[in-house]
Amino acid sequence: MPMSPSVPQATAGAAAQSPAVTAARLDALRGPVAPRSHDARTIAALTVNPGCSRRAVLDAAGVDKRKLSERIGFPARYGQSPFAITRGLAFEKQVKADGCAALIELLRGEPLHFDVPEHEYVDLGVEPDADPAAPVSVDRAARYERTRQLFARVAAGEALLADHPLLRLDVGGRTAYVEPDVVALSARPAGASAGMPARLYVAEVKSFAVIDGQADPAKVGAAATQAAVYVLALRKLFAELDVDPRIVADDVLLICPKDFANQPSAHLLDVRRQIAAVERQLARLPRIGALIADLDPAVDFDLAVDPPETKGEPGREHRNAAELTKSLTMIEARYAPECVTNCEMAFHCRSEARAAGAADALGRSVRDSLGGIDSLAEAIAVADGAAATAERQEAARLLRAAARAYEEASRTAPRAAEPEAD
Amino acid sequence: MSTLTALARARAAHAGRAVPITAVRHVHLSEEPLVLIPLMQAGEAAAPLAVMAGTDRDAPRLLLVAQPRNRDQRFDFLTALAELLVPYIAERREHTETVEATKNHDEWERCTDAPQLILPNPGGVEALRLLGRSARFRTVDGPYPVDPRVPLLGRYLTWFADDRAPMPGSSVCLALTSVLAQHWATGQSALEDQHLPALLSWIDPPDGMSGSEAALRAEDPDAVPPAGPSTDPAFDTGVLAPLVRAQEEARAAEDMRAVTKAEDELKAALTAQLEPTWRTMWQGIDVLRSLPAAASDLLRWQVDRGRFTDFMAGIEEGVPPQPKRPSAVAAARRLADLEAAQQSYDRTQAIDDPLVLARYRVGGEAFAGRITFVDAERQETKGKRAWPRPLVVLHTEDEVILRPGVKLASPARVNQTVRLRAVRPSETGGYEVELELQSGMGRGKTPEEGSVPLVGEERCYATFLAEQRGTRPELPESDKTPWTHGGPPWPHVPRAEDQAEDWQ
Repeated sequence: MPMSPSVPQATAGAAAQSPAVTAARLDALRGPVAPRSHDARTIAALTVNPGCSRRAVLDAAGVDKRKLSERIGFPARYGQSPFAITRGLAFEKQVKADGCAALIELLRGEPLHFDVPEHEYVDLGVEPDADPAAPVSVDRAARYERTRQLFARVAAGEALLADHPLLRLDVGGRTAYVEPDVVALSARPAGASAGMPARLYVAEVKSFAVIDGQADPAKVGAAATQAAVYVLALRKLFAELDVDPRIVADDVLLICPKDFANQPSAHLLDVRRQIAAVERQLARLPRIGALIADLDPAVDFDLAVDPPETKGEPGREHRNAAELTKSLTMIEARYAPECVTNCEMAFHCRSEARAAGAADALGRSVRDSLGGIDSLAEAIAVADGAAATAERQEAARLLRAAARAYEEASRTAPRAAEPEAD
Repeated sequence: MSTLTALARARAAHAGRAVPITAVRHVHLSEEPLVLIPLMQAGEAAAPLAVMAGTDRDAPRLLLVAQPRNRDQRFDFLTALAELLVPYIAERREHTETVEATKNHDEWERCTDAPQLILPNPGGVEALRLLGRSARFRTVDGPYPVDPRVPLLGRYLTWFADDRAPMPGSSVCLALTSVLAQHWATGQSALEDQHLPALLSWIDPPDGMSGSEAALRAEDPDAVPPAGPSTDPAFDTGVLAPLVRAQEEARAAEDMRAVTKAEDELKAALTAQLEPTWRTMWQGIDVLRSLPAAASDLLRWQVDRGRFTDFMAGIEEGVPPQPKRPSAVAAARRLADLEAAQQSYDRTQAIDDPLVLARYRVGGEAFAGRITFVDAERQETKGKRAWPRPLVVLHTEDEVILRPGVKLASPARVNQTVRLRAVRPSETGGYEVELELQSGMGRGKTPEEGSVPLVGEERCYATFLAEQRGTRPELPESDKTPWTHGGPPWPHVPRAEDQAEDWQ
């Protein structure tokens, strides 16, 4: 099967450029602004629509997509209601209160019955001798080092419960920090034999409700993928410590409010599939070199704005909206309607796809049902009798049948209602 | 998606205006539907914020919760919603008609009307389901006593949103976006079709605007508030949160004038969010009403009326509220019902509507054409007995991929089974299909008059119309549920736990 041109093969790309050249080109693409680093949410988003070169390049270069979408006139409307944020924070605080006492109780109780030893609670977010009331430390390197030391002790067999750990993951050659909601807990599942060593569980605290054992599948799916990122990062840390990474369980704990109350409940989620999906996408990222090797040297997304010479004047933008848009059009996108929920660039790509009359703008199922014809104008023309190329003969036959059936049916009167319904 | 619908979407995108994909309306529209637009508080499982509802487009009622996290206010809200809904439902219970006894059923009384709720989108129906779930187990005594209408409302809402809304062909609880998308193809994706103002813009744009332009404008939440159940986060941040806070502070300070002022402002803000949707809802209903009703419309509504009668009779007899989870037997029965309803709905839509039938033609499950030859005298004999087996040849331009031996039926005569004998390419293009009529010709040796098609007549034959109707699986009585399926379900006992279920 021929590879799509937007996904060049890794070998070809790697031969074209060395990693250093790639990194330099990516930095140049972004211009003189700090790169946006990945977090668990953006890493999880990589598993959605992985075939999109445009997003792959923007993400690899660390371009601030939200700002970019605003600059080109297609602001992404994301945002969370303050009510949802308040509720989320309150719930997390409740679960974590008293050294995560509620969490340990949940694992021991119905229906999980985990064998959980007493844990020492360690908050890695605060400096060891800092004021406990101080906000979470911002020094990421120090937090990561504390996390590393803590897990070295865990590997030696201590039961430690880590709050605010900071983990690292290599994303396309750049270090991304991820912060699991809580925790790694050593526990043994119910029914495990006495000799079986305890495993470490990542717990993800989410404030969406599980009502009568059911929750919104989209939200559960998103939580599972995020948790998979944490599992991967934690395993990588253990691998560096020369500990078998399988100490981290394939299952994660999802902590959600039960029914209509704030009372937490714990659910075990198997995230093996998500782990595989995230790993696959992370492995694909280094091939970014191949994607940017052939880019026009004029393409860049420099969002920097120089301060104005006189006060009150607007600053001087390095690139104006037209230039940024032009750069965008030079990298192929793979728009699908679902992008709107995942990617800040979606409204721009949608407008582009609509202007081009692309079937993708209507969704994958429409495109497939049109026999794979990409252009709406072409599909309509073929349906109305225009000649089709050799490989479009099958699609043409279907489209013409559809056009004729629709036309004939429009001329047929619908069945009349019988005078008496009963 | 069928190729026909995909092509309609392509044409809609190209023309900037929705394209009809049905010739008639396949949902019933009550003479007096109750429009209901719920808004829910972000971040909470089932905390209502406001509801705009009513049967009169010029007089919507607004119910709101000034502080959605306050339990008492939530119960007051549900009581007010019950005051609005219960009389509307009770009115439809009043008049009945006698249904004559059949083989399987004694004579019974059926309500002559049923209630109909119309909500903006499936999210609204889901919000209603959660409200129903949160209310139906409450009791008038116990730790958190509520108005007797609250648990009743809970059972009603559960019936609408959970029992009937997912049932194919039922019209007592409709999500307007789903209904509109069932009848029109727009030039946007199915995901975008869930946005009511955008969807309706494609179908019925304002004067001087194309559907695509109007849809784009309708997507801006500053210009057109979303149709719920979630509010725009920017509205929550900029308007709602400060007003809720002002109202809380006024209450804390016991400044009743400030409380009234804050509440009035909150009411005005929510009205401004809901009124545009209210108008859109009625515009959507008008658009649907302009379509002629399908031939099966009254028959399907009759089923809804029957189910409504059963449900109300159950409440009057004191059956317990719908369980949180159905028992094994009830769940299996429910699945069989859903499948049978889907099959019947697909079937009647295709029979009633040539545009729906056309989808099956493109998919190869049906073909249509002109009768070119009829041998009405043909018989099949076995010993001394003989049956009429007329032979019919039909010429069609459709590609026929069906094999000889397959059973078919025509919407013109659904009870007549026809067997496909042979298919051959026609010299003039298209196909000649040889068919043998097998039933629906009366009991005599010769076919009854009018039961055999005539030369020159246009006919369509489809495989799924001849399929055996689903028979209900044989299921044990509930109290005989085998242990493999959890054994007999526990009888319902109102549990203190349910009554005291926290609502924080």
